[in-house]
Amino acid sequence: MTLDLFLQHLTNGISLGSLYALIAIGYTMVYGILRLINFAHGDIFMMSVYFAFFGVATFGMPWYAAFLLAILLTGALGILVERTAYKPIREAPKISILISAIGASFLLENLATVIFGGRPKTFPQIELFTKMVDVGAVRIQMLTFMIPVITVALLIGLLYLINHTKSGMAMRAVSKDIETARLMGIDVNRTISFTFGIGSMLAAVGGIMWGLKFPSILPLMGVIPGLKCFIAAVIGGIGNIKGAVYGGFILGVGEIMLIAFLPELTGYRDAFAFILLIVILLFRPTGIMGEKISEKV
Amino acid sequence: MKRRNLILTAVFLLLSVIFLVYADNNFDSYIVRILNLCAIYTVLGLSMNLINGFTGLFSLGHAGFMAVGAYATAILTMSIETKQANFFLAPLISPLDKIVLPFLISLIIAGLIAVIVAYGIGAPALRLKGDYLAIATLGFAEIIRVVFTNTQRVTNGALGLKGIPSTTNLWWSFGIALFTVIVMISLINSSYGRAFKAIREDEIAAESMGINLFKHKVLSFMIGAFFAGVGGGLLGSLLGTIDPLMFRFFMTFNILLIIVLGGMGSISGTIISAFVITIATEWLRFLDEPIKLGFLTTPALPGLRMVVFSALLMVVVLFFRHGLMGTRELTWDMIFGFFNRKKPLTKGGTK
Repeated sequence: MTLDLFLQHLTNGISLGSLYALIAIGYTMVYGILRLINFAHGDIFMMSVYFAFFGVATFGMPWYAAFLLAILLTGALGILVERTAYKPIREAPKISILISAIGASFLLENLATVIFGGRPKTFPQIELFTKMVDVGAVRIQMLTFMIPVITVALLIGLLYLINHTKSGMAMRAVSKDIETARLMGIDVNRTISFTFGIGSMLAAVGGIMWGLKFPSILPLMGVIPGLKCFIAAVIGGIGNIKGAVYGGFILGVGEIMLIAFLPELTGYRDAFAFILLIVILLFRPTGIMGEKISEKV
Repeated sequence: MKRRNLILTAVFLLLSVIFLVYADNNFDSYIVRILNLCAIYTVLGLSMNLINGFTGLFSLGHAGFMAVGAYATAILTMSIETKQANFFLAPLISPLDKIVLPFLISLIIAGLIAVIVAYGIGAPALRLKGDYLAIATLGFAEIIRVVFTNTQRVTNGALGLKGIPSTTNLWWSFGIALFTVIVMISLINSSYGRAFKAIREDEIAAESMGINLFKHKVLSFMIGAFFAGVGGGLLGSLLGTIDPLMFRFFMTFNILLIIVLGGMGSISGTIISAFVITIATEWLRFLDEPIKLGFLTTPALPGLRMVVFSALLMVVVLFFRHGLMGTRELTWDMIFGFFNRKKPLTKGGTK
């Protein structure tokens, strides 16, 4: 394998990894606060792609307006899911919340199938993102470079939000202990909704870039990325935002490299993430950056 | 009282047999097929309820065990000619291409293979808890599906298998369902069953009472997988064709819906809800087709039926968390108690 080809694979891997990272942040933020896998996160991601698609293709909006609207709508959808599926049973046993999450995920998928139709649609191509650029001997889509840049910029913004603003402080307090945070005068419900909103909006950014990169969109397109990004969050140490980004990169680069070096294993591409998950869970259950949690009796 | 219950159970079973004889001879094939599905989903629901409801291990890997069972049964029962017709891209590896076994033996072998797979999965994964376990088992089920899609010479890959001998009839499906119910009842009321329930209620307390957590968890997982494999085999034989796409997470979702609606930890609840959900699945088929409302005709909306089911799951979890039965069982005493309840208590009586 030539160096050029290797670099091309590496760029693709980093680009895919950045997308995984954006979605994984949503999982990890929700898990950090509620100790809950938001099963519907992958489907919220799917809805964001459809929102952007309809904005551009059906309503003929300029792409920046359509994308912004899609991001805001997805944030609202995330909050709606939290309010209807998770908030009423926050005190219930964990299994009930998990089942409710699975129900919400299926409901979104099937609603999308009924409303948008089960046939694949083609995401609009926007010249600015999809044009090809030559770097040395390799030709790469502009988008491949933009995705990691946008991801890193959003990550810096998010870390600032969490570490240096009042809302961020509230989020950190709620993730430590909900009851104590409430006693300190923090509006817990608002903070949780805020977290869902931010996580969903990041997933929407990921979703729109996903649509530009892989233009065939389907109501079930969120399932596999959703599961993989959850895995990325676990690899990085769930609850830890930087960890989710590392996990996303490890998964994205690993997947592309697996296909590049062992093309005969391409069919097992989707299994790779799960095998990685199981290995991580067995040897380091709290992930790369997670802290050790001991059980209280 | 005990005698009365025994007689009533015997009468109920006799009536069921008479009903099955009648159904076998008089009902059309569509209804017979739905009845078969009811019984098969009873087997599948009970097996998943043993793991999730009674032992409290939230496993989402059921479709994987079903796939193993369905493929094993199909490959073992198909005649040599059907195998050659199916595997036209690449021949089936020997000695599988020469082996043709009777249905019952194939089902048992299928169940045992599912048990072996369950041990391989359970030994590492059951160290995890709660949602980690859910994701890990879901991952294993996906891995099984991906492996089946890629092992062309054993499973025929994405093409699936066609022309599986349709041995499943009402006697097979209801017979195995009855067998499963009996095994489950005796298991739940044995010391093992009590250990399972103790683990569900509180793992740490159970461990300090001297229950070997790992042993009991793996045991529950393996027994559940056995019946999932058998149920998968029955289903494959009923449908006649199987392919890896059949065993997506969607399949697990259906069974999860059954046990959540029936009550996690209730055998009778699972049976009732397996029948209700299966019949409702067929009955609600009209939702996917165009609906005529007098002069107005709505367009066909494929998928609407599943919207109803996913909303149903959420409604059950959000508002009726214990399902139909919770962890209770429907017994004759309970039915009589229900009818006697309306009478007011006599003065000073303590019931």
